[in-house]
Amino acid sequence: MKQNLTLDATLVSSYIKGDESALEVLISRHKQKIYSFIYSKVYDKDVAEDIFQDTFIKVIKTLKRGKYNEEGKFLPWVMRIAHNLVIDFFRKNSRMPKFDNTGEFSIFSVLSDSSLNAEKQIIKEQVETDVRRLVDELPEDQKEVLLMRIYNDMSFKEISERTGVSINTALGRMRYALINLRKIIDKHNIVLTN
Amino acid sequence: MAKLYPNKFIKESNDLKPKEETVHFLLNYSKALSVTKYKNMEFESLLN
Repeated sequence: MKQNLTLDATLVSSYIKGDESALEVLISRHKQKIYSFIYSKVYDKDVAEDIFQDTFIKVIKTLKRGKYNEEGKFLPWVMRIAHNLVIDFFRKNSRMPKFDNTGEFSIFSVLSDSSLNAEKQIIKEQVETDVRRLVDELPEDQKEVLLMRIYNDMSFKEISERTGVSINTALGRMRYALINLRKIIDKHNIVLTN
Repeated sequence: MAKLYPNKFIKESNDLKPKEETVHFLLNYSKALSVTKYKNMEFESLLN
């Protein structure tokens, strides 16, 4: 083991000096250990292959830039790079879930329960009650336009016909209704989240 | 103890290594990559 470590360090320094064959020895010596480590985390041969490749690209770049300073600890250093890339992979994947192509079909990949859970349902009701109270605070003309536009889904043309004001006035009332709502929310530090 | 592991698993863990193409790619990448330093700057160039 001791001899192995010394050899790794020697190989690394000869590679840095330009001996390309040293890298071949290093890769063939450690490829199984590094690849198995990656595979044990991702359980996908193609992904493991990609991460293995990215790991060594980082290794090569670091060594060629002369930034390597962990002589004698080559394998743990490479393992750490692989580990970080595995974490990056899972982070990226959790942001962008995708269908796996392993051939196994999972019904949960196409079915999901979109209904709100009890907690979210309660929060939704609270938010809706708060919004209703805020709307009630608005001046009558603004409240009327806002209710017609948002809750009755009417166009501004329909609103102007119904209320007997011009479209521009209806638009202005809507604008002031929203400005006033924001003002009330800011003033009272109300948090409307779901 | 070894008997506890199915043969398939033992075979699979021995097979766990990257493809030859990947290793070749890395070796060629390494040969093609050169890093040039100029003052505080570093330039990477890939010569194919």
